Amino acid sequence: MVQVLLSREIARKFTAGEVRIEIDGENVRGLIRALDERFPGLGEILRTDMAVAIDGQIFQDASLEPIPPGSEVCFLPAIEGG
Amino acid sequence: MPDDVKEYRWIGKRTIRPDGVDKVTGRAAFGADYAMPDMLVGQMLRSPHAHARILSIDTSKAEAMPEVKAVITAADFPDIPPSEATKGTAPPNFRHLSQNMMARDKVLYEGHAVAAVAATSPAAAKKALSLIAVKYEVLPHVIDVEEAMKPDAPVLHEDMFTGGVEPTPKKPSNVAKRLEFSIGDLEAGFKEADIVIEKRYTTKPVHQGYIEPHAVVAEVSEDGQAKIWASSQGQFMIRQYCAGLLNMNVADIRVTPAEIGGGFGGKTTVWLEPHALLLSRKSGRPVKMTMSRADVFRATGPTSGSAMTCKIGARKDGRITAASLEVKFQAGAFPGSPAGQGCMCAFTPYEIENAKAVGYDVVVNRPKATAYRAPGAPIAAFAVESTLDQVARGLDMDPLELRARNAAREGVRTIYGPMLGVVGYEETLEAARAHPHYAAPLGPNQGRGVASGYWFNVGGETSASVSVTEDGTVMVMSGTPDVGGSRASLVIMAAEVLGVDINSVRAIIADTSSLGFNRHTGGSRVTFAAGMMVTEAAKDVVEQLRGRAAQIWDIDVDAVTWADGVARPAGDNAGKFEPLTLAEIAGKSISTGGPINARKSLNVQAPGPAYATHIVDVEVDRDTGHVQILRYTAVQDAGRAIHPSYVEGQIQGGVVQGIGWALNEEYIYDKDGRLENPGFLDYRIPVASDLPMIDAVVVEVPNPSHPFGVRGVGEVPIVPPMAAIANAIEDAISIRMTDLPMSPPKILAALDEKA
Repeated sequence: MVQVLLSREIARKFTAGEVRIEIDGENVRGLIRALDERFPGLGEILRTDMAVAIDGQIFQDASLEPIPPGSEVCFLPAIEGG
Repeated sequence: MPDDVKEYRWIGKRTIRPDGVDKVTGRAAFGADYAMPDMLVGQMLRSPHAHARILSIDTSKAEAMPEVKAVITAADFPDIPPSEATKGTAPPNFRHLSQNMMARDKVLYEGHAVAAVAATSPAAAKKALSLIAVKYEVLPHVIDVEEAMKPDAPVLHEDMFTGGVEPTPKKPSNVAKRLEFSIGDLEAGFKEADIVIEKRYTTKPVHQGYIEPHAVVAEVSEDGQAKIWASSQGQFMIRQYCAGLLNMNVADIRVTPAEIGGGFGGKTTVWLEPHALLLSRKSGRPVKMTMSRADVFRATGPTSGSAMTCKIGARKDGRITAASLEVKFQAGAFPGSPAGQGCMCAFTPYEIENAKAVGYDVVVNRPKATAYRAPGAPIAAFAVESTLDQVARGLDMDPLELRARNAAREGVRTIYGPMLGVVGYEETLEAARAHPHYAAPLGPNQGRGVASGYWFNVGGETSASVSVTEDGTVMVMSGTPDVGGSRASLVIMAAEVLGVDINSVRAIIADTSSLGFNRHTGGSRVTFAAGMMVTEAAKDVVEQLRGRAAQIWDIDVDAVTWADGVARPAGDNAGKFEPLTLAEIAGKSISTGGPINARKSLNVQAPGPAYATHIVDVEVDRDTGHVQILRYTAVQDAGRAIHPSYVEGQIQGGVVQGIGWALNEEYIYDKDGRLENPGFLDYRIPVASDLPMIDAVVVEVPNPSHPFGVRGVGEVPIVPPMAAIANAIEDAISIRMTDLPMSPPKILAALDEKA
C-alpha cells in the first residue's frame, strides 16, 4: 500500500474532500489507474500536466517509475523552468 | 569546501572555458551569423493595435513585386483545432502557439504578427510589408491584470472559461485559471499570531533582456526536408514545435544550434522559425529572419506583471503561525503565466504549518508571457520576503534570525504536497550571517536588506554521448545549448570519470539529427541532467576500456582496474603487464572490437532544489530618488560546484537581472496599449557602472540524486533581489516600497508623501 496525498482542490472535486488515500500501486501508471477506478475522473486530472513526488523526490512524465511499498506519493502541477 | 572535494582531480577546478577563445575573438557563430547562398530576407508585418479584429488582409501588391518571392499569413499555418492542441512529449498548447505565431482572426497585442514576406533584399522586404493592406476593427483593450479580471473587461478569447472553479462559469473571462495550494488551518494559525502583517504588492512585466535578438536561417528542399540554424535554448524544441505547428514529420527537420547570446527562458519557444520555414518552402530558397530590438520587446514574451496580497502572522518568538498569498499574474495574450509556480515556491523556504496560496492566470493585451529565470518565484518572493521583513521589524528581530527560526529543512512539508529532501537553506542562512558584509557599518541614508529564495530545479529528457577517438582524446556530445557553461562542466565530469587530462576532452552541442531527444536548456537542468548522462556514458566507456585491456592481456575483465586514465592488472595474481593508457587502448581498438563510445538517454528525475539568501546595501539619494547598490552578497547552495567560476557567474547574472527588475525595468504602455519603451535607452537594464562586484558565496550541500551532488544553479539567484532591495530601502529611509520598479520618481514621491 502507498499513501497518496492529494491537493484540497482536487480532493474537493473527486474524493469528497479526503486528501489522504491509502491504495495499492506498484508504479505511477498503476497507481493512477487504481485511483481512477476508485474515484472516476481523477485519473485524467492526474495524467494531465501533473508531476508526481515519491517520498519527496519530484518526477515528471514518469508513468513507469516504481513506487516502493509504504511510500508517500503527492501529485503536483508540472514544473517548467526558464 | 567539504573534505571529499579534495579527492577530485577536476571537479571544482576553474578550468579554461572551452568556448572562451571563440567568444572573445568574435569567431563564435551566433544566430545572425549564419548565411546561405541565394538566401532571401524575411520580415514580419506586426499589428499596430493592442486589440483588434482583422477584417481583411490584401497581400496582392506585395506579391506583385518581382523582388518578393513569398508572402505568408495565418492562412498558411494549419488551423489547429482545440482537440489537437496538445500532442507529443511535454508539448505546448499548439493551438495557442499557432495563433501567437500569426494572428488569425484578431490581433491580441501590439506587435502580434499578421503577415511575413521573403524578398531579395531588406529594402524590398520592407517595401513589401508597406504594401500589405490590413483592415482592422479596433477593439477596447486591457493590460492591467486587475482591470482584466473585472466582469466588464474587454474579453480576449470568447472561448475561454475560467478553469479551477466549480462550477465552470458560463460566461467567458480573461481569467484562464485559478489555482490553490494550502496546508493546515489558516484561520487557527492567524489566531495564534502575536503580530500579523498584510500588504499589497505590484510588479511590472519585465523582459529577459538577452543581448542577442532572435535570428534564424531556414531552408526547405523540394522533397520537404528542412534545415534550420538558429539561436535558442533548445534545438530539439525548435524541431518539435515547428513539426507540431506545420504538421511536418519530426525527422524531416534538422536543427543546428547556434551559440546563444542569452536566453534566460525567453528562448524556450519559437518566434521566427516556423515563419522562416514556411517562407522557404513557398519560395524554394533559404530564408533568413532577424528581429530588431524593438521587435524583441514588442513581440516576444516578457514575464508577468502582477498584483499580490501577502499576509503573515508570527508569535513573539518569531515562529510563523500562518501565511497567505494571493497572486494575480498577467499571462499576456494566451494562458500560461507562472502563477502556480509562484504560489508553490513562495513559502517553501519556511516550515509553516498553516499556509494558503491562491493564483490567477489572467490574459491581457500584451505579448504572451514567456519563462524568465525561476518563472513565478521572484515575483511571489517579492511579496513574501518583503512581508517577512516587516514581521521582523515588528518583532524587533534580526531578519536572518527570523528566517533561521522558521527555516525549511529535510522532512518539512511543502504547501504543494511533498516533503523536502536534502536541502541547503539553513546553510545559506548560516553563511550569510557569518559573512563580514552582514556586520559592516552603514552610513547616512544607507540601509541593508536580506531576502531568501527557492527554486525546484528540473530534470527531463536528456541524451549525451562520450566517444574515444583513435588517438585517445575524447569527444563529449550533448544536446542542450550552452547558456551558462555546460560544456565546461560536462568536460570536467567526463575527465573526472575517465581519469584523463581535461585538455584531452572536447565537447560540442549536437544538432537534432546527431543525438537523441533533449528537452531544452532551462529550469537549471543541464549541468544536473546532461552531467548525469555524460557521467553514465563515461562510466560505460571505462567499462569498455577495461574490457579492451582484458582482451589485450588475455585475462578476465574483473582482473583489470581503471584509475587515472590507465588500465592496470588488479594484482599480482592477474599477471604482470605494463599499464595501458587510454591512448594505447584506443590505438588497438580496431583489433579489439572497433570504436569505443557510449550513448545514454534518460528522462532524468529527482533534481535537488536550490536555495539562496542575499544581503544588499543601498544608499538612497533623497534629492533624486536614485538608489545606489553599494554592496551585494549572494549566498547559494550549489550542491556541488563543478566549475565554481560558472556557478559564480550564474549567481552574479541572476542578481544583476534582479537589480534591474527591482529598480528600473518595466514595460510602459500608452493609452492605446502601445509599448512606449521598446529599446535599451528607455528600458533601463543595469550596466556595469551601476553595480558593485557581486560577491557570490557558494555553499555545498550535495544533491544525493546526482553522482557528483550537482544542483541546478541558474535560476534561484534572481529570486531574492527585489525583496532584498526593498528591505534595504526601508532600512535606509523608513519607507516600505511595495510597487516595482522602485524607480527614482516613485522613491521621490514616497519621500515627498512622508515629508
